[in-house]
Amino acid sequence: MTSEQFQKKINNKATAGQNLHIIWHFFTSVKLAIVLLLLLAATSIMGTFIPQNMNSNIYHNTFGHGLYEVLNALSLFDMYHSWWFQSLMFFLSVNLLVCSIDKLHATRKIIFVKNPSYKLSVFKHLKANKKFSIKAFPENLEGSYKDFIEKKFNKCIVKNSKNGFVIFGEKGRLTRLGVYYVHLSIILMLSGGLMGSFFGFEGHVNIPEGGSTNTVALKKKSESVELGFEIKCNKFNVSFYDTGAPKEYKSDLVILENKKEVVKKAIIVNDPLRYKGINIFQSSYGSMPPEKITIAISSASSGMTFNKELEIGDTVDLPEGLGTFALQKHLTSYSFRGHNIGETFLGTLSLKEADEPVNIFLPLKYPSFDKMRRGSAVFSIIDFERSYYTGLQVTKDPGVPLVYTGFLLLIIGCYVTFFMSHKSICIEVCKKGDKSLVTVAGKSNKNRLGMDEYVKKISDKLSGMTI
Amino acid sequence: MNSSLILGIVTFTYGIASVLYASALIFNKNSVGKAGRFLTMGAITGNIIGIALRWIESYDHGIGHAPLSNLYESLVFFALVTAITYLILEIKIKDFVVSVFASPIAFLTIAYASLSPNISDRIQPLIPALKSNWLIAHVFTCFLGYAGFAIAFALSLMYFLSNESDSEKKGLFSRLPSQSIIDELTHQMIMFGFLFLSIGIITGAVWANSAWGTYWSWDPKETWSLITWFVYAILLHARLMKGWRGKRIAIISIIGFCAVIFTYFGVNYLPGLHSYAS
Repeated sequence: MTSEQFQKKINNKATAGQNLHIIWHFFTSVKLAIVLLLLLAATSIMGTFIPQNMNSNIYHNTFGHGLYEVLNALSLFDMYHSWWFQSLMFFLSVNLLVCSIDKLHATRKIIFVKNPSYKLSVFKHLKANKKFSIKAFPENLEGSYKDFIEKKFNKCIVKNSKNGFVIFGEKGRLTRLGVYYVHLSIILMLSGGLMGSFFGFEGHVNIPEGGSTNTVALKKKSESVELGFEIKCNKFNVSFYDTGAPKEYKSDLVILENKKEVVKKAIIVNDPLRYKGINIFQSSYGSMPPEKITIAISSASSGMTFNKELEIGDTVDLPEGLGTFALQKHLTSYSFRGHNIGETFLGTLSLKEADEPVNIFLPLKYPSFDKMRRGSAVFSIIDFERSYYTGLQVTKDPGVPLVYTGFLLLIIGCYVTFFMSHKSICIEVCKKGDKSLVTVAGKSNKNRLGMDEYVKKISDKLSGMTI
Repeated sequence: MNSSLILGIVTFTYGIASVLYASALIFNKNSVGKAGRFLTMGAITGNIIGIALRWIESYDHGIGHAPLSNLYESLVFFALVTAITYLILEIKIKDFVVSVFASPIAFLTIAYASLSPNISDRIQPLIPALKSNWLIAHVFTCFLGYAGFAIAFALSLMYFLSNESDSEKKGLFSRLPSQSIIDELTHQMIMFGFLFLSIGIITGAVWANSAWGTYWSWDPKETWSLITWFVYAILLHARLMKGWRGKRIAIISIIGFCAVIFTYFGVNYLPGLHSYAS
């Protein structure tokens, strides 16, 4: 290697180091944090005005083709999961981390000092100070003052001076760490969220009463996931208030492993079933088409009525040898003269006297509907057994413990940062004739107004002490 | 005596208290301010009794639940915590001027709850999603936070009317504290609000996770509470790290409270999970 090459290499290294330094420096900036928070706030607003994750047809109709393409290219229809929004959050985490390390590095000597030294000179010119004189000699005051400060502060040091003594008290040094708890908590929450999105899933499944499943369809992707066990719904129940508002949705669930019942629980909204890291929530319900109906068949001529229980596909002989009736299928809705009359059964009537079978519509809501046909036999559904299906939200999120730890740390961190402080106090007692002159001075890393009050309070306590 | 009647009287009392506070400032009469404080204490007592009665009445209807379940109930509760907060502040700083600006917030909130035709004050049964112990913790902490921000907002308005230093005090607003004190009090209130907004968001997230299986789903109300949180986080960083004081802080505090209001009301016009709060 020639000396020139060597020089070049060193230069490269230096610039690489410099670049790293520049990047590091960039992320230590509080201004960056403010800008990122501002961007996150501003962009988040968009997602609250554009409904997220809807069907693309709806967007097409609302925005028109051109605008749809633009908004879609910017991922504004799923913006909170878009690359740019996630990058903002990522940058915020890096910013928080770098900023915290930088600040912690700068203040480590204040926070993690083993034997802090106390100098009277530091307290000499503090704004928060209070003086009083007391009719006693310093040596008579020392014991009780020391006891008082020891009780109030977790560090207390007494030094003798020329004509008296000085007491230093200190507490709350570690409260300076509060802000780092807050920053760490946010990083924990975001990592928890990331972990959940990689290793967790969010799915939905409908299970009819009596049915079971071991797979659920994912919400975000058109895939399904195997649970490794079976969820069986024994019964679903919905109850209502007198006002008609829903009162409770309840599913009696059973978890089966290798066909064996391992867990049994009735879940309601707000009380899910958790099994092997998978959570099962009551989320929706619906009714299955009735499987069995009871119809009343009346003969128009004789007025005789008889009831018959039928399932789809069944054929029944009509009384008086009129012919046969076959129950064909269930329709979820049926339109009669432009009105939707709801769930309807379709049957066919084959009369002996007629050549062609006739369609008979039996709406569940209107039992006497078939009377209008004025046929020789009138049909109506008088009873039916309906079963429900339960809609379950099935999720797995291994990031939750991390997120919850973050939650706890955030609350503790905010409390410590806002309402606790690192306080030091100095009490100087000097002999003056047959009296002692006492000076109380204190400082705090925050809330200076509060410190004035605090010093006043301590001084009042000290001056009011009976020796 | 039912809760509606009591809360009606409470509304009236808050109104009179506001008028008294304002007159105390205008005519520079401390004794009138004291009367305002006295009425506020009465209104708070009535407010608490009204809420408690409503709670009992819900059990009489056979649908017992904490009275924090819809817009009406939350507004009544918001008025209560706002009034308690300004009263405590008033007593602590031994000055009624904060209450001049804060008491109308309590009054207008409860008056709006009682008089708006869009807000039903009927005791309604809880829908299944709201049947949770987290309901009380979530609503309670959120509104404690909102109350802190409301007082900070009142202080920020005050800031723009106050004089820079004691020496140039003149005119109607000469009774106002100096700007540095207002600035400090605003900061205190925002820290209080921020802590409780954080707890409110967190309890909401934990609740959502136990009801729907996701702690965060970017529903508009969630998102707006986060936007509010961002705004106040910006304020705190600007103040503590960049040394911003006074006017700029007051402006962010006003913006922050607008975000609170939007989180509270505006979001009801957007689609989402919190629709039952409307």
